[in-house]
Amino acid sequence: MKRTGAQVIWEVLAREGVDTVFGYPGGAIMPAYDALLGYGIHHVLVRHEQGAAHMADGYARASGKVGVCVATSGPGATNLVTGIATAMLDSSPIVCITGQVPASLIGTDAFQETDITGVTLPITKHNYLVTRAEEIAPTIREAFAIARSGRPGPVLVDITKDAQQKTVDFAWDDEPVRISQRPEARVTSTDLARAVELIDAAKRPLILAGNGVIKARASEQLIDLVKKTGVPVASTLLGLGGFPATHPMSLGMMGMHGEAWVNAAIQEADLLVAVGMRFDDRVTGNLRTYAVDAKKIHLEIDPSEINKNVKVDVALVGDLRASLAAIVPRVAESAHDEWLERIKELKGDAAVRDIQSLPHDGHLYAAHVIHDLWRLTEGKALLVTDVGQHQMWAAQYYKHDRARSLITSGGLGTMGFALPAAIGARFARPKDEIWVVVGDGGFQMTACELSTLAQEEKKVNVAIINNGYLGMVRQWQEMFYDRRYSATPLKSPDFVMLAKAHGLDAVRVEKREDIADAVAFARVCKGTCVIDFRVEQEDSVYPMVPAGADLREMIRRPHPPRREGAGAWKQKNVLMEDGESE
Amino acid sequence: MSTTMRTFIAYVDDRPGVLNRVVSLFRRRAYNIESLTVGRTDRDGISRITLVMEADDDAALRIAANLYKLVNVIRVEDITHAAKLSRDLALVKVRADQTNRAHVLQIAEVFRARVVDVAPSALMIEITGTQEKIDGLVEVLRPFGILEMVRTGAIAMTRGAEERELPALINDEAAA
Repeated sequence: MKRTGAQVIWEVLAREGVDTVFGYPGGAIMPAYDALLGYGIHHVLVRHEQGAAHMADGYARASGKVGVCVATSGPGATNLVTGIATAMLDSSPIVCITGQVPASLIGTDAFQETDITGVTLPITKHNYLVTRAEEIAPTIREAFAIARSGRPGPVLVDITKDAQQKTVDFAWDDEPVRISQRPEARVTSTDLARAVELIDAAKRPLILAGNGVIKARASEQLIDLVKKTGVPVASTLLGLGGFPATHPMSLGMMGMHGEAWVNAAIQEADLLVAVGMRFDDRVTGNLRTYAVDAKKIHLEIDPSEINKNVKVDVALVGDLRASLAAIVPRVAESAHDEWLERIKELKGDAAVRDIQSLPHDGHLYAAHVIHDLWRLTEGKALLVTDVGQHQMWAAQYYKHDRARSLITSGGLGTMGFALPAAIGARFARPKDEIWVVVGDGGFQMTACELSTLAQEEKKVNVAIINNGYLGMVRQWQEMFYDRRYSATPLKSPDFVMLAKAHGLDAVRVEKREDIADAVAFARVCKGTCVIDFRVEQEDSVYPMVPAGADLREMIRRPHPPRREGAGAWKQKNVLMEDGESE
Repeated sequence: MSTTMRTFIAYVDDRPGVLNRVVSLFRRRAYNIESLTVGRTDRDGISRITLVMEADDDAALRIAANLYKLVNVIRVEDITHAAKLSRDLALVKVRADQTNRAHVLQIAEVFRARVVDVAPSALMIEITGTQEKIDGLVEVLRPFGILEMVRTGAIAMTRGAEERELPALINDEAAA
């Protein structure tokens, strides 16, 4: 059948199972937008293209399917860049379709021309410049196959305007697209036997579960392994939910703001079984002193991650589900009572210092907000966080039992991620309760997407953890820069009024006893509800391993807690005095 | 771990931008390339890259793995420890007039280099060989005054009759 290149784009997307795309029109992508009206694909008009990329990413993370965003050439395409890099670092499968100036103008510095394949080369899994209408269908199909295969990632397809306008024959066959001719990564029987041997011999073993467990849908296999071997599990930030937090063998999060007992256990372990994680510097601290007594087994789909940061004894390269499924029947049934007892000992001290265990002093702490939110939503909400202190509190105090119940920018640490990512997640999971947890800084980076929410009439609940500072940087300034608060005090608009200006519901909370009512109110609101939590301004995330330090060198929450600076919110940090909105 | 000079052979799609992808990878991962040569192969649509760089064993594995992550890279071989021949070609323009031309010609002969151009006050010498051999010639010629020099960088091939098969290339299927 005859189709224009623009129509071919939607024909292919529809056949790839795409029902929603996130985008923003412009000159070079106009033929595609014109053709869109003839197809049943829902287009979400974003307010900034960065939001489109984050929405596609949030959609992908919430569903496990490929998310799609669309933008025009030049500034439209470059605005996607932060979102693409975010998806790249967290291995999220998205396909970005950008318009490009007509082929005859490429290289002439034409209006809104940017070499976007050049720009995105190091932050995409692969990208394409398509200049002929005939190439559109095979290229987009290949893009989807690449985005979702192996270690997933973003793929960009840049399509010239003339290619969109030209008419071509369009045909579709259901043959899957082949993208690789290279040798399939396979776990060898020698490596498998060696891994089994190490697991059977270990006295103080630990499993380190990462993002790969979720991406590979390997939670069940991981639970099987734990059940048989009795090995406790620590999670990375992106691994949270991959192994149930309420499972008795779950220890919690590792790393810079991980639980003190988890980091201590890693340093005392004699075997680490790393499953779909990449020994990021935020997880290992000082590499020279990292788990020096432990043998290491690395289960990983990407061979370039093997021995990158930490030298391992056995590498099982390949699909995690398959690798775990191969290990489970081969390892001996085991229990590690002594080791678990030792970890319990390490845990005891931390519980005493935990802010939840401290007597209530009338102040509103972010940790309390997150804890109460977890309790009130029975741990069943899909949490989408931004980046900073609130992100770490969310990771520490909201316990996730299911994969894909926490969406957060881990690798790139992109502020402004949460709100658009949650909008994307909303389209992927129309029925689930979604909460955005975001700081006052990050919220303002992409707050424009509130109007997207309003236009789409979609509901997500937004908890702004508002402390009037760029909190994580302030915390580092407090700890490592002699409390010199350079450029971290932050004046914000009245978020309640801002939400109301978008026609959304909003409330402010300043006391712990008001959390429950506000959360209940948000949950019954028909549309989006924004809660402005005015939390303790100079609170810090504990424990903390300073960057590059030994995992044991944790800065612990002062006990008894330091109360200097604590107190009522300094109203001077608010741009507008509270108006009638309350 | 000690680093050694490594030689990789990479077969890649012969398409615009592929070399850029390969080079960009090394820039991004902060690997320093000693030499890189690229040219067509006997198969349509496939180029062959010879890449020389310093790396230890672990890094070498990661370099190959990272190259494989590029969609346009078809096959990577680390032939550092294989029996192989490695050749570099250089053109050297050296100052030489009546008084010392014979001397320079004699040196070229010793190195089995060829004189490819003679001017009143200069000679152009072409030499093919290992990097060490070329380095040797250059050192000996240096006192005469090197006016200009260009080197191709190393190309390498393993010895023996083993066929370097490239199974199931997408390009082949498309051509069929």
